[in-house]
Amino acid sequence: MSDIYSEIILNHWKSPRNRGKIDDADVVIKDSNPLCGDEITMYMKFDDDKIKQVSFEGKGCAISQASASMLTEFVKGKSIDEIIKMNSNKVQKMLGVKLSATRLKCALLPLKSLKLGIYSYLGKKLAG
Amino acid sequence: MKKYRKDFPILKRKINGKRLVYLDSAATSQKPIQVINAIANFYKTFNANIHRSIHTLGEEATKAYEEAREAVASFINAEHKEEVIFVRNTTEALNIAAFGLRNIVKGKLLLTEMEHHSNLLPWQQLAKLKHLELDFISFDKDGYLDEPEEKLKGASVLAITQASNVLGTINPIKKITEKAKEYGTIVVVDGAQSVPHMPVDVQKLGIDMLAFSAHKMLGPTGIGVLYAKKELLEKMEPVMFGSEMIKEVSFTEATWNELPYKFEYGTPHIAGAVGFKAAIDYLQEVGMRNVRKHDERITTYALKRLKNIVSIIGPKKAEDRSGLIAFTMGDIHPHDIATILNEEGIAIRSGHHCAMPLHRKLGIQASARASFYLYTIKEDVDALVEGLKKVREVFER
Repeated sequence: MSDIYSEIILNHWKSPRNRGKIDDADVVIKDSNPLCGDEITMYMKFDDDKIKQVSFEGKGCAISQASASMLTEFVKGKSIDEIIKMNSNKVQKMLGVKLSATRLKCALLPLKSLKLGIYSYLGKKLAG
Repeated sequence: MKKYRKDFPILKRKINGKRLVYLDSAATSQKPIQVINAIANFYKTFNANIHRSIHTLGEEATKAYEEAREAVASFINAEHKEEVIFVRNTTEALNIAAFGLRNIVKGKLLLTEMEHHSNLLPWQQLAKLKHLELDFISFDKDGYLDEPEEKLKGASVLAITQASNVLGTINPIKKITEKAKEYGTIVVVDGAQSVPHMPVDVQKLGIDMLAFSAHKMLGPTGIGVLYAKKELLEKMEPVMFGSEMIKEVSFTEATWNELPYKFEYGTPHIAGAVGFKAAIDYLQEVGMRNVRKHDERITTYALKRLKNIVSIIGPKKAEDRSGLIAFTMGDIHPHDIATILNEEGIAIRSGHHCAMPLHRKLGIQASARASFYLYTIKEDVDALVEGLKKVREVFER
């Protein structure tokens, strides 16, 4: 059967972790993939240079939704620096599957939004 | 139509070890060997620039380019061959249509809610630039366009698709142009999905302007057509400026070349035109009535086989549809459908198909789309149905 749709990916797609709003989030960031119209909104709370809480909302394919679910689980408590250093290899490893170039874009949308959120937080911090 | 399959070398390909089932012809069609050979032959034997070289090759290339124009003119039954302007694709044609009309449009620009982004954005941006009102004809829950009657009042332009690339709906263009004439509205038709699939006679249908691409009708990418009535083209302004399109140039002024060259700029896609003519010759050999009949047959069969496993978008009757079916499958995202089908060698399109507002109106984010052409066989539809059953299995395990 399908290599991409592994047990773990389907599990995260069916029961996504950290799905929903954070009412008192420090940063809310919305992003989309213009190719397919997938949308994601990330809610993030920081504790100095660490991510304290993170959640997501949005619509998308199984790959982007599983990636968001796994990623939000993974980054909780991690430092900003560590997350900024994450790249596409890391995301593919986390998902445990090999993706084609177009499908990789789906998988990377959550990380891209997460990084945008971090930069927005850092910007706000700098501005005092 | 099975006999034509041997002309398409790509159909012999295997994808992931399976027979290629190509159901994405609405995005681009596959090419017969006659078209591939015509392009190769141009480069091998008479490649030269056109309209300026005196040598033999230049004469031959110019002749071939102009013969392609004549072939297009006769294909859509244009009254004059200079009413056919070669452009890159449908999108460029519609941009030239909109911005070429910039000194003519006034009052209101009327569109429909089923337009592709390419027939929405040029008008949307023109409306902003010229401070014009933008209005839309809606469609009903089955995908049929509402009566345009009252909205035509005060509209200088109606931009409308002849066949929707998502709903599949074929709009009653003749009826609409007849109404539009009463209001003096210029009718610009997006023919990207209709010209390749059915006989289109611009004079009989009363079309003022028509845009379409070669690559969706067996021809190469990079060449398309803007057709417009001569008297309209004479009143319109050029949109792209530079070589070819001029008559006389000084440092501060310029006058325009005669039709159709006023709208063609720089060195065009000459090999593309040669390939385009070969595609038209091929389609005329098959006969556009037969192409349409085949589309209808395959669509009827696909609608019947698909209706119990997916939610079909658009009209229920094949006779009202062009050869494409967009659909959704509950919670399963179209991208995931397309990925699993690809593992079975089946190529479909997934996403918003360049019609974001239309999808939003339908209350969905994206859809999957299977589209057909003269080389599509029933077995392709059967493979799709089997593939979709696999999709269900993967997501329901």
